[in-house]
Amino acid sequence: MNALAALRAEATKVLTVRMWWVLLIVLVGYVAFTSGLLALVFGGLGDKLSASGGNVPKIPEAALPPIIYSIASSIGYVFPVLFGTLATTAEFRHQTLTPTFLATPRRGVVLGAKFVTLAVVGAVYGVAALIASVGLGASILAATGHDAGLGHSDTWLLFARIVLAMAIWAVIGVGLGALIPSQVAAIVIVLAFTQFVEPILRLVSTFADWMASIGKFLPGAASDALVGSSIFTSLGASTGETQSLDWWSGGLVLLGYAVLAGTFGYFTSWRKDVT
Amino acid sequence: MGKSFGNVRAVDDLTFTVEPGTVTGFLGPNGAGKTTTLRMLLGLVRPTSGSATFGGTRYQDLAHPLNTVGTALEASSFHPGRSARNHLRVYALAAGIRANRVDEVLAQVGIAQYADRRVGGYSLGMRQRLGLAFALLGDPGVLVLDEPVNGLDPEGIKWIRSFLKQLAAEGRTVLVSSHLLSEVQQSVDRVVIISRGSLVFEGGLDELESGPRVLADSPQRDALGSALRAAGGTVEAASAGLAVTGLSRERVGAIALDAGCALTLLSTEHSGIEKAFLELVGEGESL
Ligand SMILES: Nc1ncnc2c1ncn2[C@@H]1O[C@H](COP(=O)(O)OP(=O)(O)OP(=O)(O)O)[C@@H](O)[C@H]1O
Ligand SMILES: [Mg+2]
Repeated sequence: MNALAALRAEATKVLTVRMWWVLLIVLVGYVAFTSGLLALVFGGLGDKLSASGGNVPKIPEAALPPIIYSIASSIGYVFPVLFGTLATTAEFRHQTLTPTFLATPRRGVVLGAKFVTLAVVGAVYGVAALIASVGLGASILAATGHDAGLGHSDTWLLFARIVLAMAIWAVIGVGLGALIPSQVAAIVIVLAFTQFVEPILRLVSTFADWMASIGKFLPGAASDALVGSSIFTSLGASTGETQSLDWWSGGLVLLGYAVLAGTFGYFTSWRKDVT
Repeated sequence: MGKSFGNVRAVDDLTFTVEPGTVTGFLGPNGAGKTTTLRMLLGLVRPTSGSATFGGTRYQDLAHPLNTVGTALEASSFHPGRSARNHLRVYALAAGIRANRVDEVLAQVGIAQYADRRVGGYSLGMRQRLGLAFALLGDPGVLVLDEPVNGLDPEGIKWIRSFLKQLAAEGRTVLVSSHLLSEVQQSVDRVVIISRGSLVFEGGLDELESGPRVLADSPQRDALGSALRAAGGTVEAASAGLAVTGLSRERVGAIALDAGCALTLLSTEHSGIEKAFLELVGEGESL
């Protein structure tokens, strides 16, 4: 009863501020652009270039659709994590934790409701990003004479895992927001890590076997492992060493990050005095 | 209760009771620990020692907190991108309060016509009123208001005074903080005064006052002074003549006549409460 009420309150919080659809539009545009470009390069142009002896990394025919479709998560994951972080740090920034904890004094219930709400938002982001990447990607693949793979059950399982990954990323965002209550600091850290630090670490980790065995536990790598396909792992495979977790252990590692961030966030800032 | 922030002792071993059905002023100068005390009361700040209860139950353990205690704290706790109606809807949902109560309280505090505007564009007075609307959401019997008069224009101050009176008339228990006695003087039955985190006075407003003083003066000031002392009054030199306590205005006039002193001043001074307040909180000298 209490938890359900908290859940409805958290969902209303998300829906009554413009942020959720602003980020959603940017996500869809970004994913559509990237996956369309990729489908053109590897699907359309790639055929012409390799026919004329050009230098394009060769990707097996069957791997092409998953790579393009998974742009939804391999590039789009930053949006749910950012939204989760923003939604949580906004409570500190605008001091809305005061009315929140007055209405629901059991703070763990509030954080739990936030996790669930943002997981749903993340899943919705996942579906929207998929519509963008599959909508554009499959059309271009089909138009250039490739198999879009939409008839295979594997492709649909891929979609499900993408949605799951996006949901977990949003929960990670909530945990990070609780861990780093300063909104500016949290945004900078999330962007710097996902767009800069982690890609470099993942690239570096392909240089040696022992590094790759650590690198596969990075959150982005775990996410790609859960999804089972990614432009990063595919390109990595053609340049150096890569290791990847099984899809389910990738999912567990990613979930582990969410639990870790949430637990630390709860015990540090969430339980603190609200002044 | 007591509370330390690091080595800042914000509230020091403070104990007081707010009687049901009364309006109690919670007074103290800036930094006295009022907000900290109220936040401890509401489970937002964890006391270093002690505890506070509403009729025996801690706020965190209340079955329906918003329906039991309504709160408006001084900080404006709104998301600027959310409308007033949606702001209240969120917490009504969280507390299981029916949805049409939101429109009722918006009308009650007089901001119904701005309800769908984003709070970011609200004036300070409108925010204060939205804060009060949140406090009233659950139609609670107890209200905790932190500096509700702060930042209001004369119109707003007038409004909040009548608002407090109305709440009291409805039989609600109100604890209202202020750093100025004069702001709440007309609205409160009892006062709790703290200074530097400690209780300095708890009781009725009339107990606070030391009694009125009579001001009198005469060209023969020394003769008048001795006559008044002989009649049992306490006489002090005031800025304009003599300040007399222990004698009524009529008695002072009669004594002056008997002593043959022509009076140039005879009046009663009623500034006792404010003065007593300032003396209690230790700011008497600076004013
Ligand atoms: N989060 C905090 N960290 C450190 N010190 C704090 C904190 N909150 C309050 N204090 C200190 O506690 C003391 C009491 O502050 P409080 O806000 O309770 O006073 P107040 O009576 O509400 O004052 P005002 O009339 O200015 O609102 C002050 O010395 C203040 O600096
Ligand atoms: Mg204060």
